[in-house]
Amino acid sequence: MENNLKVSASPHIRSNNSTSKIMMTVAIGLLPACIFGVWFFGLRALLLLVISCATCVITEHLGQKILGRESTIEDFSAVVTGLLLGMNLPPAAPLWIPVVGGVFAIFVVKLLFGGLGQNIMNPALAARAFLVISFTRHMTDFSTDTLSGATPLMRLKSGESVDTFNMVIGRCAGCIGETSVIAIMIGAIILIMAGIIDLKIPGTYIISFALFYIIFSGHGLDPYYLVAQISGGGLMLGAFFMATDYVTCPITERGKLIYGVFLGVLTGIFRVFGASAEGVSYAIITGNLIVPLIDRFTMSKAFGYGGERS
Amino acid sequence: MSDTFNGGVHPDDGKALSKDTPVSDYTPTGELAYPLSQHIGAPAAAIVKKGDRVLRGQKIAEAAGFVSAHIYAGASGTVKGIEKRRTPVGDMADCIIIENDGAMECVPGLGERQTDPKELSREDIINRVKEAGVVGMGGAGFPNHVKLSPKEPDKIEYVIANCAECEPYLTSDYRMMLERPECIIGGLKIALSLFENAKGIIAIEDNKPDCIELMRELTTGESRITVKSLETKYPQGSERQLIYACTGRAINSKMLPADAGCIVDNADTLIAIYEAVTKEIPLIDRIVTVTGDAVADPKNFRVPIGTDLSELLEAAGGFKCTPEKVICGGPMMGFALFDLHVPITKTCSSLLGLREDTVSKTKSTACINCGECVRACPSRLIPTRLAAAADHGDEEGFESCFGLECMECGSCSYVCPAKRHLAQSIKTMRKIILGKKKNGK
Repeated sequence: MENNLKVSASPHIRSNNSTSKIMMTVAIGLLPACIFGVWFFGLRALLLLVISCATCVITEHLGQKILGRESTIEDFSAVVTGLLLGMNLPPAAPLWIPVVGGVFAIFVVKLLFGGLGQNIMNPALAARAFLVISFTRHMTDFSTDTLSGATPLMRLKSGESVDTFNMVIGRCAGCIGETSVIAIMIGAIILIMAGIIDLKIPGTYIISFALFYIIFSGHGLDPYYLVAQISGGGLMLGAFFMATDYVTCPITERGKLIYGVFLGVLTGIFRVFGASAEGVSYAIITGNLIVPLIDRFTMSKAFGYGGERS
Repeated sequence: MSDTFNGGVHPDDGKALSKDTPVSDYTPTGELAYPLSQHIGAPAAAIVKKGDRVLRGQKIAEAAGFVSAHIYAGASGTVKGIEKRRTPVGDMADCIIIENDGAMECVPGLGERQTDPKELSREDIINRVKEAGVVGMGGAGFPNHVKLSPKEPDKIEYVIANCAECEPYLTSDYRMMLERPECIIGGLKIALSLFENAKGIIAIEDNKPDCIELMRELTTGESRITVKSLETKYPQGSERQLIYACTGRAINSKMLPADAGCIVDNADTLIAIYEAVTKEIPLIDRIVTVTGDAVADPKNFRVPIGTDLSELLEAAGGFKCTPEKVICGGPMMGFALFDLHVPITKTCSSLLGLREDTVSKTKSTACINCGECVRACPSRLIPTRLAAAADHGDEEGFESCFGLECMECGSCSYVCPAKRHLAQSIKTMRKIILGKKKNGK
């Protein structure tokens, strides 16, 4: 018997948490917003989401084969990327768009940088940025059979008024998964309850964005305008589901607060002073780049630091 | 004031297996082995030779220096010699081997003298503790007379009885609190008598409410002693975390508890102090929990130090199924055994037989930067960064991220969802760096 005893360094027990459980929970957290998107925009939205997920999973599997690595599709991270990418597409996008985006997200942004945990930007957002720059017409046309093309943020930018109530519910033009604040919040609450995310990043992001808007937008404390800006575009989806992406956010608790403020201010700058009405995806991928810097400067001193032996 | 620390983990405690079996005495029948080094500091020097007859309670090795401890025989018999034997931590070390004659003949008068500690001077008390070879029995093995002789005794403000017992499965302190609480309190009072400015704190995790209640009841008249209920969380019983939870003071790896005005002793050690001072009984027995889901009849034993672990295992019915892993100590910081023929030492608290070894079944995957290890680390480190530095051989980066402050509690490895062996990487690097520093001096 003694020859069969396993020997290893302590600790000898492990929690039952796992990467795939975390990723699956995140996918579940994304579902309410996806379901709303499919219900509101129709089956084409579902098709885009499915193609996006399938592309990401297949790309990961084949990509890892090509690169001579072990396939890790069972960790569900490609599904999360696929869902996020699909949710960031206009409901009328051509069906090849998620294929191009999925390959870019997984192969270029994730695998070429070393795979899960090594990518320096959120793959879904980097792919979205790539798609918007490359296929601008397809990626900025939000018109559907029932909706005119302009998103509420575009209308605000050109001085029109918007229906804030419908924006909170999600009945407005926009990307598949970003329009419904309520559905996003349901998913966010699931993730918070499961202990996957906390409010540090989303909280500081949204609050600093709101403060920036109050000071610089020229609309001051107009609550309708502020609620419309927070509900509109990708801010809620970005703050709760993409800025909190483990791989590309700071690991230190203080760093998370700084990161959130950085994203809020950057989103504010892009939206107030930029040409586009949107700004969340660019703010987050820019924020991703300074994460190593934030981590370095926010590292805690060790327990008992500075104490002297007498 | 805090009653816990930051970080930590909540593993399943597994204590139900053995917590309700009262401590039973086990008399060894086989050979006994005494490693000359079962404490921090210089190995003791053997004072017996091959062929000598020794009695239970007889000194067989002398402390070699101030930071060292005497070793006593736990059974009567004949010295077989000094041989290299496997120890629980896995290495081969010089051990005094005693052929047990089964008579358990004690040195004359062992335990028959009774002294009121109030009649003893502080030097007498410290001398008795030193003479008895008492060391920290929670695992560190720090010679207790050294602990009780800080440079400035007046600056000691707290004597903390560490009854947290935060390691899963272990129930020896629990049983002692229920069965011999007066000895723990007695030991604490003796320690308090050395430090006139100190208050006594009996610190117990709140998963042992019966102990908390009993200790409170027994200390109602004691103005200097309070009982503190601590959050049940591993590693609550780690010295640094315990001091923080009890006093709000934080010490680092270079400091001793005395630097924060604290003396910390665990339950078993306090009992040893009590017996050493009041009855002049040397440290010859200790409490060992034999438990785990592979053990037929989990139990708590009082057993002579030096007894073979495999013999004690048989006393608990042996294994009811083939264990994949056998551990000396708790599952978080204990040592995996590959040979069960190892002696029980002064610091060996448990024999744990696990039916399944979860560690060898898990597969390490990529770090996803989730920060679970950062939240779990009681030393406020970034374990995943330290482990990465360790794996890359980056000693400078490791040190600049405070890697030497790691106390190897294993919380990071426990929580990691990617099942990375963070603590193991960090431990290895610490050994390398500390070894280099030692040799550089």
